[in-house]
Amino acid sequence: MSTQPIIHAVNMGKVFPGVIALDHVSFDLFKGEVHALMGENGAGKSTLMKILAGVYQRDSGELYLDGKPVTFNNTAAAQAQGIGIVHQELHLMPHLSAAQNIWIGRESTTLGGWFVDEDALVQKTQQLFDRLNLKLDPKTPIRDLTVATQQMVEIAKALSYQSQILIMDEPTAALNPREVDELFRVIHQLRAEGVAIVYISHKMDEIQRISDRITVMRDGKTIGTVPAQTPMNQIVAMMVGRELPALQKDIPDQSHQPVLLKVQGLTRGKVVQNVSFELRRGEILGFAGLMGAGRTEVARLIFGADTREVGAIWINGQEQAIRSPQDAVTAGIGYLSEDRKQLGLATGMPVEANITLSSLKRWLKAGFWLDSTHLNQQAQELVTRLRVKTPSIHQTVRLLSGGNQQKVVIAKWLLRDCEVLIFDEPTRGIDVGAKAEIYKLINDLAAQGRGIIVISSELPEVLLLSHRILVMCEGHVTGEVSGRDATQEQIMNLATQRGSLTQPQAT
Amino acid sequence: MSSTTTISSPSPRTRIAWSGQTKQKLLAFASLLALIVVFSVLKPDAFMTTDNFIGILQSTTVVGVLALASTFVIITAGIDLSVGVLMTFCAVMGGMAMVNGGLPMWLGIPITIGVGALCGAISGLIITKLRVPPFIATLGMMMLLKGLSLIITQAKPIYFSDVEGFENIALGSWMENLIPVLPLPNGVVIFILVAVLCYIILNKTVLGRYTFAIGSNEEAVRLSGVNVNRWKVWIYTLAGGICGVAGLLIASRLNSAQPALGQGYELDAIAAVVIGGTSLSGGVGTIVGTVIGAFIMSVLVNGLRIMSVAQEWQMVLTGLIIILAVYTDNLRRTKA
Repeated sequence: MSTQPIIHAVNMGKVFPGVIALDHVSFDLFKGEVHALMGENGAGKSTLMKILAGVYQRDSGELYLDGKPVTFNNTAAAQAQGIGIVHQELHLMPHLSAAQNIWIGRESTTLGGWFVDEDALVQKTQQLFDRLNLKLDPKTPIRDLTVATQQMVEIAKALSYQSQILIMDEPTAALNPREVDELFRVIHQLRAEGVAIVYISHKMDEIQRISDRITVMRDGKTIGTVPAQTPMNQIVAMMVGRELPALQKDIPDQSHQPVLLKVQGLTRGKVVQNVSFELRRGEILGFAGLMGAGRTEVARLIFGADTREVGAIWINGQEQAIRSPQDAVTAGIGYLSEDRKQLGLATGMPVEANITLSSLKRWLKAGFWLDSTHLNQQAQELVTRLRVKTPSIHQTVRLLSGGNQQKVVIAKWLLRDCEVLIFDEPTRGIDVGAKAEIYKLINDLAAQGRGIIVISSELPEVLLLSHRILVMCEGHVTGEVSGRDATQEQIMNLATQRGSLTQPQAT
Repeated sequence: MSSTTTISSPSPRTRIAWSGQTKQKLLAFASLLALIVVFSVLKPDAFMTTDNFIGILQSTTVVGVLALASTFVIITAGIDLSVGVLMTFCAVMGGMAMVNGGLPMWLGIPITIGVGALCGAISGLIITKLRVPPFIATLGMMMLLKGLSLIITQAKPIYFSDVEGFENIALGSWMENLIPVLPLPNGVVIFILVAVLCYIILNKTVLGRYTFAIGSNEEAVRLSGVNVNRWKVWIYTLAGGICGVAGLLIASRLNSAQPALGQGYELDAIAAVVIGGTSLSGGVGTIVGTVIGAFIMSVLVNGLRIMSVAQEWQMVLTGLIIILAVYTDNLRRTKA
């Protein structure tokens, strides 16, 4: 490591409407180090990295690159200075080849810039792939590649900017253990070449394997920077910091409660294979697993959003022929999608319209007319009860914060009086304060005798909420653990089925 | 961005919903007034006459009614290219019923409208059940219906001379007897009535609510447990029925069903809808906007004709106005 940091950020501040995303954040990065950035969702990791990569502009503070003050007004400016970012969601065009994707916007041209020189693109891409020891034909269309290989293409793309600094945001979220090893080999090699790497992840074991130093963020502040050998429980304490709300670990005994939802042998292709479980009244059942393990797919099958090939579903002991979301809702199942904006809300419509969307029939006069007075009354009641922060029920949903949007979706299903509620990533994109409120709401709903399924990629969240946890891996349920005494490691073992790698290092 | 809210807030009590809707209507209405003022100043004696104004109203009716039909479909983020030809097909079928079949008018009128609704339902089923995109489905329906109109009539017009009172549907004036100072032709009154009906359906009924919701986020509506396909079929059925009304209006005005007519009307209708502030990407739109849009189109054509602008140049100017209208609407949206 050299003595002068390649990146030196001091007292960085960034405010979004209603949220202080970064509050006097400082951060150092040296050549040839892997610097892990940890923290809960909403802690400010991504915001900090997006400022480094020129996606956002800071409101205050200073940023030095190689000792010189810099400001990046856009991503191109950051790229020109050798900062590359591999985003959590891949930004590739599936119909174009790997080479075309990597050099998009910077194509080599011939004949005065009118024609794309495909051969040159392929050749330059091959060089990048060789550097990464990647066996891949640059002409392969992206849609034919696995997620892991697409990730490698993203890394190659980031490197194609002659990057001295590489930011990786949760790069292993969709990778299996072998692919993770592959990725780590590449990271080691880049580090040896002197590239400085920022590595954002939730996974303790990975971070301790790959990184040199760890910086922990919480609520928009940097809590501290520690060596990677620091015991895990100490890092977790830094991440969580505050006392977790005490409401969760009070697990009532539901064994005497009737079974509300029973699922038997649910199967769809390779995505979901022979999934069976029972959900009792008042119970919160967690679904844990890595991205792509099939949890969302199970929810969509139960909800009729996709068609199941095999399997049966009972509600209150009665078999249900669920073929569409409409059937599921009639049967009393509500689904709160992981993707609120695309699948949960009509964001261009007012709060009141969204809340009443699945219960409109209740306010029909003569089968056709909407009784808007009573409809608005009901919507207002729910807005008050769930404490949705909105100037009025006629406010466009798009203008609400993530937490309040989620409350609108919850209100929609409460109004419909669903007995089974499936929460898919209930707090994704929701700030820390609102999270606690959503957790309390979920607990209250269970206490009222509803059956709740919580799908979450955040292990602490699953552990916090669930009375019982099912773990999935590659379409199968690989295990069940009690919410009382489950540990993150136990769940990770089941979620990856790769014991040796997920063993905690001596803590 | 708050004022992009052009959705059907049932009671515009809040500032945000209220100002958005009103601003959009005001802008379109101001453009219409501006056009009228310009033509009045340039040609006061020819433009500012009762006869000319009634002429403008009369010439707006057919495209106006078709635009009302298109408004529903466009708010769902769909498109209906078949409205013009469907109008003709309805007129032809009405002619077959009343002229060739000798049915009385009280039966012929619902048949004409029913044919429109049925064709709309077929389009809707093709779109939802066969999952053909609306553009292609209605393009196919357009060609198919045009062919059928020509086949059924053997490419000859059907004249309604023997159907007593048929001409009065568009050209007579019940208003003249009721309010002598306002001798509006029946066609205009029917246009206004259809517009009021559409306004009520779009803003007060569950069909209208789903029209906006589907255009805003179809998948979210489906995942809310709403039978999206069924409502879409209803929306296209409604649009088809309204085209049937347009069929009656045009047949009455020409006192005949002209099988070769109709193609091109759908584009005028879409233009009127878009000028009125309805977004082709769905979720946004108003009936009042569409009515104003239709009037802008016909005032423009009328005024330019009175100014003796050649027809070719009228088309050029209309094209420019459409682009300008949508451009200013975009500006307003991004600034707000």
